[in-house]
Amino acid sequence: MTLEVVAFWALSVVLVGSALAVVLGKNLFHSVLWLALALTGTAGIFLLLDAEFLAGVQILLYAGGVVTVVVFAIVVTERLIGTQLSHTSRHLIRGAAAAVVFLMLVLRGISHTALPLERIPAEGDLTRAIGGSTLTTFVLPFELLAVLLLVALLGASYFARPEE
Amino acid sequence: MGLQAYLTLAAVVFAIGLFGVMTRRNTVGILLGIELMLNAVNINLVAFSRFNVDVSGMVLTLFAICITVAEVSLGLALVILLFRSRRTALADHIDWLKG
Repeated sequence: MTLEVVAFWALSVVLVGSALAVVLGKNLFHSVLWLALALTGTAGIFLLLDAEFLAGVQILLYAGGVVTVVVFAIVVTERLIGTQLSHTSRHLIRGAAAAVVFLMLVLRGISHTALPLERIPAEGDLTRAIGGSTLTTFVLPFELLAVLLLVALLGASYFARPEE
Repeated sequence: MGLQAYLTLAAVVFAIGLFGVMTRRNTVGILLGIELMLNAVNINLVAFSRFNVDVSGMVLTLFAICITVAEVSLGLALVILLFRSRRTALADHIDWLKG
């Protein structure tokens, strides 16, 4: 077994295990911490796919930013009602059935398609290629993204403003 | 590892996220499920991009991550707003539009 296979299986176990803990846990706060582990595991998968820059972005924005914001929101809302948020599940069997049916359909599609087994070694710096592509081919979506982030910032602060 | 292994892993994570979205009562819990699903799609994009030697998929992943961050901040602002007006975070209680 090569190192890549070992790393892939280890990361898969971490990712699937923590994802299950996110959806099955009884404590909302713990679920968020498990989500942080799942997102870090995904960063590991990105590293395995030679996307070092995306792994960095994933850890900075997702595991750093999103998890902090969600924890902050839980703390604020729990303060508002003064008790711990309930974090129960319902329709467990129906939900599991739908998820399994979806998974079967996708796996069927994957197994019936001819997919490359080996990847071509990357030539040059992928981070440099991402940067170049972002500022040439995808410059319009890139600028639109800046507007979107501004709109989200304004909208979120408008929603969360103190009551008059 | 072939492309198939990465796609299978992403499908499993997506199905787990779907299960979470459908079974959670709490709106924050549903949001966590959506995060898992978006994450699985990002794995797919990066895997396809790497195996087809086309950097566009990675740029798209970068955009997807940024949009997700905006979505989470707005979603949580809505949750806090609902808490102020209705004192609840359960999706079943948010039924103003019900006739």
